[in-house]
Amino acid sequence: MTTARRKDALKHGAIWGFILVELAFFSIAGEFLAVSDKAFMDFDNMLLLLKQSAPIGIIALGMTIIMINGNIDLSVGATYALSAIVLLDSMTWPALQAMGDWAIPLAWGLALLTGTVLGALNGLIVWKTGVDAFIVTLGSMLGYRGLVFMINGEQPTSHLNWTLVDFAEAQFLGLHTATWFLLMAALALWLLMTRTVHGRNAYAIGNNREAAVNAGIRVGPHMMWNFVLIGFLAALSAVVFYSESGSVNPNDGMLFELWAITAVVLGGTKLTGGYGSILSTLGGVIAIQLLRKGLGHIGAATETVNLVIGLILIAVLLLDRQLNRKGKEELKI
Amino acid sequence: MADMTKQGIGRLLAKQGILIAFAIFMIGFALANQRFIAIDNISGVIRSSAILGVMALGVTFVVIGGNFDLSVGSMMSLSTIVVLDLHDKIGPALAIPAMFALTLALGAFIGFLVGYMKLNSLIVTLGMLSAIHGLTLTWSGGKNMDIADKAGTWFAVFGQGRVLGVPVPILIFAGLAIILGIVLSRTAFGRKVYAVGGNGQAATFSGIPRARIVFLTYVLSSFCVAVAGLLQASRSLGSQNTVGQGMELQVLAAVILGGASLMGGSGTIFKTVIGVLILGFIQNGLLLMGLAFYVQYVVTWGIIILAVWLDVAAKRGRLWSPTA
Repeated sequence: MTTARRKDALKHGAIWGFILVELAFFSIAGEFLAVSDKAFMDFDNMLLLLKQSAPIGIIALGMTIIMINGNIDLSVGATYALSAIVLLDSMTWPALQAMGDWAIPLAWGLALLTGTVLGALNGLIVWKTGVDAFIVTLGSMLGYRGLVFMINGEQPTSHLNWTLVDFAEAQFLGLHTATWFLLMAALALWLLMTRTVHGRNAYAIGNNREAAVNAGIRVGPHMMWNFVLIGFLAALSAVVFYSESGSVNPNDGMLFELWAITAVVLGGTKLTGGYGSILSTLGGVIAIQLLRKGLGHIGAATETVNLVIGLILIAVLLLDRQLNRKGKEELKI
Repeated sequence: MADMTKQGIGRLLAKQGILIAFAIFMIGFALANQRFIAIDNISGVIRSSAILGVMALGVTFVVIGGNFDLSVGSMMSLSTIVVLDLHDKIGPALAIPAMFALTLALGAFIGFLVGYMKLNSLIVTLGMLSAIHGLTLTWSGGKNMDIADKAGTWFAVFGQGRVLGVPVPILIFAGLAIILGIVLSRTAFGRKVYAVGGNGQAATFSGIPRARIVFLTYVLSSFCVAVAGLLQASRSLGSQNTVGQGMELQVLAAVILGGASLMGGSGTIFKTVIGVLILGFIQNGLLLMGLAFYVQYVVTWGIIILAVWLDVAAKRGRLWSPTA
């Protein structure tokens, strides 16, 4: 029992240990190699890092609960882009323009609603047809991207609202608006997964679907709610990012699903379902962003980031296998 | 009696649904636009589907073996960039085998991790997608790669040449499809791939070396990627670093459309070819109807889900999932 608990602590703590190693490495290596004189662990630099983690981070939080539930969502990048277009486009409608700054909450609401509906559609198809979530969301990844182009055309859509930009650039207690959204979302999902019946059932379904059915848990609605949540979170991520940037390209958000999955897996969540934690995903997101910033700091070419992250992902998998060697579970989809 | 006919129709739809859908599509498009069934249009579609198609042939083996391969897109970018770069440095006759060796080595590495180390194929190939993309950018320094003397090289023959009036990419795609089709359905290796994907444990107990079979499917897949990279490089004689980006999912879509189950153990080369052609002809048909290129994304979405849904429904004997 104690060894099991120690193993668990080791696995949950691993990602934070990795972050410490990254910080130490880049700080020391930066002394010799840095392009600028600024220290790597500069306070402003770290605040910026958290802010830049927010868009992928918020999506990765949603991906965590989807994967704990034993599913996967490949359509989040397209959902993100479609919500962004609804956000920026709706503010140019005459009806909303007449409302002045009251258009902002309405545009936010519309964007969030878009993401929620797209997520619900995925969830409903997975539930009612019984087709694997991988295939359903692979299809809607294409389909939602098609909708993006149909609504938006091939040109970027831009709309800057200065009230919105001021809000997005504001800092409260030192942290940026985007960081607050990331932390609040993480807190809410952490409470959801650890303190509610829905969270407990999501773990149970991911762990052993048949046993969950036998225990009287309704699998369908739980899966559906998780897809609704990730759709909402993809839209929230778009709202947070595009409130500030004010310009969306129809190809935006491509490969976001892969980055989000990478962060979740780095955080130790199992693809097979039933195991994982929101806080570790937060660690995974920060670790990736640290790596991007750190490699830039020591003057490595930006292209090496992809190489390093890919190899780290595989190394984590190897390590995980060594740790679990005695376990009877084998990593397999 | 009526019930039995209904079941019979359901079974027929499930078994040959993809062919029936294909036929309906072709007839519909042909009625909408005469140009659609012109010989040069059809050969144009197959030619431009050949690169995707060659990659799909290899991934079919991987998927039947019960695994994923998400790395084929970025691996194709790498082989295209490498062969173009080496073309000017060591000449095409040496560049081609060098590129094949590098691509096969990457495939062997993935095969080792998934087959012998038993790592999760989805994450391994996701990691390799990222890593190989980084490798490509490092190799090219982020710049586009172009052949200096485009007019004076015989290298263009693979992508642009014709033999007896038939474009070479079509010949390569067809030839590879026939060979790999025979390998999969008529050889001991092919049977073992099905066995490993269908029930890995049973395969192990009956003495089939699971690790080696999985390893070989990835090597085979990387060989197909190298051929696709060769076709791509030879067709355009210049390339961006991201030429294959996103193709891994299109390839998977074609394989799934062909009816291969992602759980492994089912699928055929012939059906994958049909899946590739459906994607190609839908794209072409919608363009000929005057619709923008992105309409095909939405149509493909509907078709993928419908195709897999019918397949799943036929297997469980009812349309809607019994999940509460």
